Amino acid sequence: MIANKYLIQGFFKNTLLHIFLLTVTISCLFPIFWMVRSSLMSNATIFVDQSLLPHEWNWHNYAVAWTKGNFGVYFFNSLIYTVSVVMGIVIISSLAAFAFSRLKFPGKDALFYMFIAAMMIPLPGSFVPLFVLMNKLHLVNTRFGYILCMINVGLSLSILLLKTFFDKMPSDLEDAARIDGCSRIQIWWHMALPLAAPALAVVVIYNSLNVWNEYILATLLLSDNNLMPLQRGLMVFNGAYQVDYPVLMAGLTMTAIPIVAVYLFMQKHIIKGLSSGAIVG
Amino acid sequence: MRRLVSWMFCAVLAGMALGCAQAKKTANEIEVWHWMTDRQDSLQALAERYEQQTGIKVKIALFAPSDSYTQKVIAAAQANVLPDIYGILDKKSIVASFIKAGYVADLTEAFKADNGAWEKRLFAKAINNNRFVEGNVDKVKPGIYGVPLDVSNIQMVYNRALLKRAGIMKPPATFDDFIADAQALRRVGIPPFVTGFGEMWIVDCFASNYAFNIMGEAKVMATFRGEVPYTDPDWIAVFALFKKLADKGVFMEGIVTKGNKYAEQDFALERAAFSFDGSWCVNIYKTMNPGLDYGVLPLPPVSSNFPMRMWDGAGSSLVVNDLSPNKDKAVAFLKWLTAAEQQTYLAEKTNNLPANRDAHRAFTDVLGGFSKVMENTTHPNIWPLNEDPLVVEAFDKGIQAIMIGDETPQQVAGEVQSVKVRQMGRAARP
Amino acid sequence: MLLKTYNRYTATRSLDAFKNFLFVFPAVAIFCIFYIYPFFELFNLSLHQWQGIGPKVFIGLRNFQELAVDKVWWTSMGHAGYITLIALTFQNALAFALALACDREIRLKHFYRLVFFIPPVLSEVVVGILWNWILNSGMHNGQQIGLFNNFLAQIGLPHLIHNWLSDPKTALTCIAVVHAWKGFGWGFIILLAGLQTIDRQLYEAAKVDGAGMWRTFWNITLPMMLPVIVLVVILTILGSMQVFVLILSLVNQGLVYHTEVPVTRILGAMSGTNQFGYACAQAVILGILLVTVSFTLKSFSNRIKQA
Repeated sequence: MIANKYLIQGFFKNTLLHIFLLTVTISCLFPIFWMVRSSLMSNATIFVDQSLLPHEWNWHNYAVAWTKGNFGVYFFNSLIYTVSVVMGIVIISSLAAFAFSRLKFPGKDALFYMFIAAMMIPLPGSFVPLFVLMNKLHLVNTRFGYILCMINVGLSLSILLLKTFFDKMPSDLEDAARIDGCSRIQIWWHMALPLAAPALAVVVIYNSLNVWNEYILATLLLSDNNLMPLQRGLMVFNGAYQVDYPVLMAGLTMTAIPIVAVYLFMQKHIIKGLSSGAIVG
Repeated sequence: MRRLVSWMFCAVLAGMALGCAQAKKTANEIEVWHWMTDRQDSLQALAERYEQQTGIKVKIALFAPSDSYTQKVIAAAQANVLPDIYGILDKKSIVASFIKAGYVADLTEAFKADNGAWEKRLFAKAINNNRFVEGNVDKVKPGIYGVPLDVSNIQMVYNRALLKRAGIMKPPATFDDFIADAQALRRVGIPPFVTGFGEMWIVDCFASNYAFNIMGEAKVMATFRGEVPYTDPDWIAVFALFKKLADKGVFMEGIVTKGNKYAEQDFALERAAFSFDGSWCVNIYKTMNPGLDYGVLPLPPVSSNFPMRMWDGAGSSLVVNDLSPNKDKAVAFLKWLTAAEQQTYLAEKTNNLPANRDAHRAFTDVLGGFSKVMENTTHPNIWPLNEDPLVVEAFDKGIQAIMIGDETPQQVAGEVQSVKVRQMGRAARP
Repeated sequence: MLLKTYNRYTATRSLDAFKNFLFVFPAVAIFCIFYIYPFFELFNLSLHQWQGIGPKVFIGLRNFQELAVDKVWWTSMGHAGYITLIALTFQNALAFALALACDREIRLKHFYRLVFFIPPVLSEVVVGILWNWILNSGMHNGQQIGLFNNFLAQIGLPHLIHNWLSDPKTALTCIAVVHAWKGFGWGFIILLAGLQTIDRQLYEAAKVDGAGMWRTFWNITLPMMLPVIVLVVILTILGSMQVFVLILSLVNQGLVYHTEVPVTRILGAMSGTNQFGYACAQAVILGILLVTVSFTLKSFSNRIKQA
């Protein structure tokens, strides 16, 4: 009898919990579903038809977005930028974080706090000096210039994440390796990096999001249409002379899908990385 | 895994190096930056035609939306990487700064050459937008600094079918007629008036049209000079127009945050009976709703003391970079672009009013309506002086505040005047 | 002899330090070029009057004096504060509740975890344009265009239909809600990660001691989670105080001054009214404010951790 009571109570509690969780789930997914749905409507039906699924699936909008919006080129560019920037950040920030955590050199703390402070200061006002500087360095309108700028954007947080992770990692193994005659760079490459894989996964996904979704620096630094990434293409779309909601929604969908896919693919690593103490510390 | 990573890293480095080795521009190539999304395809086509004729490659680069274009041009000017041909989508004082910094070529000689052949081909109004006159406030050497591609002006458009449904047979001739018509439309459930009041320049344009009508050009200019305060009854009357329009339910819901292209869609899809829009709208309405039956008329005047003045859109002008090594080629291209044949092509493709007089063919109904008032237009660029940008911001935002019932006309007048006083004080400082 | 050894010792030590420094060199070099230099240039420009091109006029602290009495600027700070407040309370409370729910052994928890992080991976442009479309208040042939208004009409609440984004009473709240919609997943995922580091044995022990759910929460979960919570709070403040792309894509150029936030003011001063110096002064003030807030919170959390 008593057991039964607990069971019923537990059942109700669980049901309530699931209702709560499902409500949030729907509120997360429905807008995205609506975006995809709207992208399959035609200009004639989009304001009239409020049904959940379009009566006629209008894939044509995607073709228009792809050709008129130049999305093929933008897509390729976004891919180049994301991969390059993330690789750069992984190498540079893990080297720095390893040094901040394990090695001794003068000015270490000051430099580290400099990076941390950088995370907290907004960038918008420094666009102009940044642009003038980039031009002095002849890096305006080059992929390399944009990649360097984006590496800089992601550096601070990545260093913080990795340093916290290295701090928590026991150094016994490294000490043993050092006695065996491994150099610092070997320890970094052969031990620190593989062990930090969970934290690196967070760095990778965080920075992929950042680069894929960035458009302000892209607008400022890249004037050649062939160098521009996806978000920029979307802005051209949205800023276009006319409103074309179905094609706009197709553009949104095309911009959103790759990053959501990457996330779904990588999500196990995020949770693992976070819970193994990358951020928590 | 790590081998893969290092392999990828090398690939990335190689990619970066490739990205660095950017193709250098050849002497036979000129680059054009513009913001006119609707004209990109036609300009591209013309550029290809030009290359076939002359062997000079013209690279047309579009940067939209226009505010990011503005930002881009300013940033490029600071870094001295402006292209051979570009447009300055900004206040005339900014254009003046560009000229003084040496980024804009003085085209006066080119226009005057051959007895002024080029100048005569184009609308005087359109050229004046690019002219700095003797004794201008910006202290720029007098001359013509830009080439107008097309002309435009901003007026009211009305939907004949919707007006008929509310029992209105002819478009309003006065402001009071307009209010009465709007109320008749409301009674049959049609939102009367939509425009892009979410964009500051439209607010500014609408208000200054009525300011010219109520107090005349001389008094408006006297206000800019600081001789007449914004708390003057005439200015309060201008502000009060917006309150009246709002109180009488003339505005479509959400008008204060509407971007103009959304307002254009509303009008094209017959969700509102009146709109306030530029002549470029003809092209837009045509693609969105080919069957739209509409007409054009100047904003209905509120007073008979002074004439109603329409703004023209001075936006579509291009300038030549004075520092460009291909300056002469750039001027030659612009000359070609404004010749009758190319202008006719642009007009046919984009339904804009060409800057070239010869290309003004017999326009149909609506474009004709826009075309015929060209001589009666005005624009801040041809006024002897302009208001301080911060005062303009307070003015436009204040009017928006009136429209949503946040503030009264008197309050707004007081606030604008206090900004004006502050800015006058700032300007007087050494 | 002894001195020689000592010398060699310090020499290897400084060579060592130099080699160590090489590890951080790429990071420091990039950082100095792309962050430190523009950063100081920002301070420099904030002391000038500059139209963007043409001569820069040194005017000392006058930009800051004007900023101090700029009503709109401080109102915009208030708006960002409001968005931040909603993010800190509702958004983070929701995130914490969801994290607690998903920390338990319940069915579908992996699915939930997967879904809640989808909005944060979308870009602000995508989210802004999408919600602008959903909250659209337009009518077409007497029918609501926007999904939300249409939904209200369908479920029999037509009196709630509203111009969500163009009414000063609701616009800012809508922005804050959309911002929270996009942002709660971050808090959720970080908090959940924090919860999972708590030793299960502590809960078992508490159960043995007969502690109820609330007491366990107050005595174990909350104290253990404090550093994580502070981190989430800091990240929320930094993110919310700087929000602007979302606002631009949601409400266009804004609703009078009702949707202005500091960064839109900075952009407005820069590209709208061409006062580059003033824009930089605003950026400096916002930066100082954010640095102060987050460092205060951080040291507060450190002190608690030590106690």
